[in-house]
Amino acid sequence: MAATSHLFKENARRAMLDERLQGALDKLKAGFRVKRREAMARLPEFDALRDAARDVKDHTLAHLDLYLEAFEAQVRAQGGHVHWCRDAAEARQAVLDICRRAGARTVTKGKSMVAEEVELNPFLERNGIEPVETDLGEYIIQLRREPPSHIIAPAIHLRKDDVAQAFRRSHEGLAEERSLEQPRELLDEARAVLRERFLAADVGITGANFLIAENGASVIVTNEGNGDLTQILPRVHVVLTGIEKVVPTMEDATTLLRVLARSATGQEFTSYVTFSAGPRRADDPDGPEEFHVVLLDNGRSALLGGPFRDALRCIRCAACLNHCPIYANVGGHAYGWVYSGPIGAVLTPAFVGLEEAVDLPNASSLCGRCEEVCPVRIPLPRMLREWRTLAFGRRITPARERWGLALWGWLAARPRAYRAASALAAWGLARLTRRKGALERLPFAKGWTAARDLPAPEGRTFMNEWRRGRRR
Amino acid sequence: MKAREDILHSIRSALGGGEAAPARARTVEDRLARPRPNVVPARGARPPAARAALFVEMAEAAAATVARVSDWAAVPAAVREYLDAHDLPRRARVAPALKHLDWRDMASGFGPAEAGDAVGVSRAHAGVAETGTLVLLSGTETPTTLNFLVDVQVVALAAADIVGSYEAVWESLRAAGRAVPRTINLVTGPSRTADIEQTLMLGAHGPRRLHIVVVDAAP
Repeated sequence: MAATSHLFKENARRAMLDERLQGALDKLKAGFRVKRREAMARLPEFDALRDAARDVKDHTLAHLDLYLEAFEAQVRAQGGHVHWCRDAAEARQAVLDICRRAGARTVTKGKSMVAEEVELNPFLERNGIEPVETDLGEYIIQLRREPPSHIIAPAIHLRKDDVAQAFRRSHEGLAEERSLEQPRELLDEARAVLRERFLAADVGITGANFLIAENGASVIVTNEGNGDLTQILPRVHVVLTGIEKVVPTMEDATTLLRVLARSATGQEFTSYVTFSAGPRRADDPDGPEEFHVVLLDNGRSALLGGPFRDALRCIRCAACLNHCPIYANVGGHAYGWVYSGPIGAVLTPAFVGLEEAVDLPNASSLCGRCEEVCPVRIPLPRMLREWRTLAFGRRITPARERWGLALWGWLAARPRAYRAASALAAWGLARLTRRKGALERLPFAKGWTAARDLPAPEGRTFMNEWRRGRRR
Repeated sequence: MKAREDILHSIRSALGGGEAAPARARTVEDRLARPRPNVVPARGARPPAARAALFVEMAEAAAATVARVSDWAAVPAAVREYLDAHDLPRRARVAPALKHLDWRDMASGFGPAEAGDAVGVSRAHAGVAETGTLVLLSGTETPTTLNFLVDVQVVALAAADIVGSYEAVWESLRAAGRAVPRTINLVTGPSRTADIEQTLMLGAHGPRRLHIVVVDAAP
C-alpha cells in the first residue's frame, strides 16, 4: 500500500478526536492485555520459552541462507515449487502467473500481512482476478477498502454497525428486514456468503507463520478455520511469505507456537495450527494438486546486516501494539502503512524510507512496555532510538530540533556552562510567571503549552538548593 | 534463478564474516538431522490416567465437549447420543479409518466431506494433554476436509494416544518413518472469532462444535 506515514501527526490528531475509534481502542486493555497476563500466569515456563524462542530465531537468522536452501530442497522433493522474489513487484507477478496458469477467476485468501505489504489485492483485480479475503476482519476491511489497523485484529477500529453497513452495501440479495444488529447475526451472514466463495475458488492464497526447513512444511495459525478452507479446497495452494519465516525443525516451530498464541490473544493454543507440505499425495482424497511457496525479500536481507536485524525475529503476535500507550491512543491507521504499533514504527522506516516515516520512531515515550511483552524479546525501544539517531545524522530531523539538540549536547558536556544556563532559565521562567506559578504560553513550545500549562520553576536550580543544604 | 541467487548473495554479504562456511554448514546439518526439543513445559508430564484427565480438562476449557467410552464398538452409539442431545440429524460423513464400526444407517458415506455435510466423524492420530489439542493427519483413512467443511466435528481418540507434549508426537512420527504427511492439523476446540468488537463467538468458518470421544480400550 502507498504509505501515508508522513501524515502521522495529522492522522494521530484526527484519531484522538474520533470517539468511535477511542471506544474501540479502550477495549484493548480489558481484552488482549488481561488475557495475555492470565495465560502467562498459567505457564511457569513462559519466560524460559521466550528465551528459547529468541534463540531459535537468532540461530536461524545467523544461518538464513542455508535454512532457506534446505527448505527449498524439501518443498521440491515433495513436488512443490519455490519462487524467490526480490521485491513486491516480483512477488505480485509470481502470484499472478500462478493464477493465470491455473486459469483462475477467483482466489480465496487467508490473512497475510505480506500480501498487504505487496498490495496483492488491487494488483490481482487490475488483472481480472477477484481476490476474496476470508478472515472475518480482513473480509470486512476489504469490503470497506481499508488497510488493516491491527496485525491480528484487522477490523478492531470498527463497530458492529459499521460492519452491518458494509454487508448491506455489498451482499446482493440481502433482505432489508434481515436483522444484522448482533455480532452473531453478522458472523452468520459472513459465514454463509464466504462458504460459497471457498467452494468456488480456483486458487487459495495463505501467508505462513513459519516455514520448516526440516521437512518443507508451511505453518498457518487461525482461529476461524478460514486458512484451512482456503488451502484445502481449491486446486492450487499458494503460500506468500517473507524469507525470515523459516525455522529449522518442528521442535523449533513448536517453541514459537507456544509463545505466539499466549502473547497474541492469551489463548493456550490457537484453534487451528496447520502444517502443510507439498501438494496432495498419491493416496490423499483431498487437498490441493499444486503447492507453491512465494518467498519475498523486499529489504529483509539488507536488515540482517544492520542495527535492525533483531526486528526480523518478529512473529507478528501484536503484543507490542496491545501494550503500547501510543497505539492505544491513535490506533493502527495513523501509522500510515501495513505494520503499526512499535514494530510498525521500526519496520516502516526500513521499508518505505526514513524520510517518509520519520515521525513514527519519534512518536514514542520509550516506556519500554513493548520490549517487556515481546515473545522474542526484540529491543524495540533501542531500535526507535537508533532511527532517531539516523534521522539526526541524515539531517531529516527538522533544523530547529537539530540545533536545539546540538546546543543541549554542547551544554550537557560542559557542567559549568550547563549550570549557568539552567540557572538563567530558572530565574527567567520564574520572573516570567511572577505569582501564577505556571506558564500558559512558552515561546518555541506552542505545541506543548496549547493543551497544558508549564509549572514554573521556583527561581533557583536544584544544584543551588543542594549547595545551600536545602535539598537532601 | 537470478532472483534466488541475488537474495542468497544479499543474505550472505549481510551476515558476512562470522563462522567459516564449512562450520556453518555442519551446524545446520546437525540441527536438521537431530531435532532436539527446546523448553518443554512440565504440565503434560504425568502418568497416563492423569494425562488423559488433563487432556479432557484443557479441551473443555477450549470449548470442546468430551465423552469417554470403554471400547471402539461404543463409538457410533456415543456419536448418536451426541447428535440426539443437540437435535442434530443422525447423518454423518465418516472417515474410512472408522468404517469397520457398526454405523447402521447413520453414515452418509465414508470419505472426504462434501459441501452441505453437517456432521463429520474422524479419528485423531494423537491428543496433546498440554493444551487439549487433537493431532489429525491427512491421508486416505482420515481426509482433511472432515475437520473443516462440516458444522459439527466429531473426533474419536484412543486414550492410549494421549501424550504430554507436541514434541512427543513429532518424535513418534519420525520413529514411524513418516515425518510429515501432507497435512498435520492441530485442533484445539471449535472455530471462533473475535473480529467484531472483540466479542468472542464460536463457529466462524470451520466447525461450530467440536465433540471428542475418548476411547479407553486398547486399540
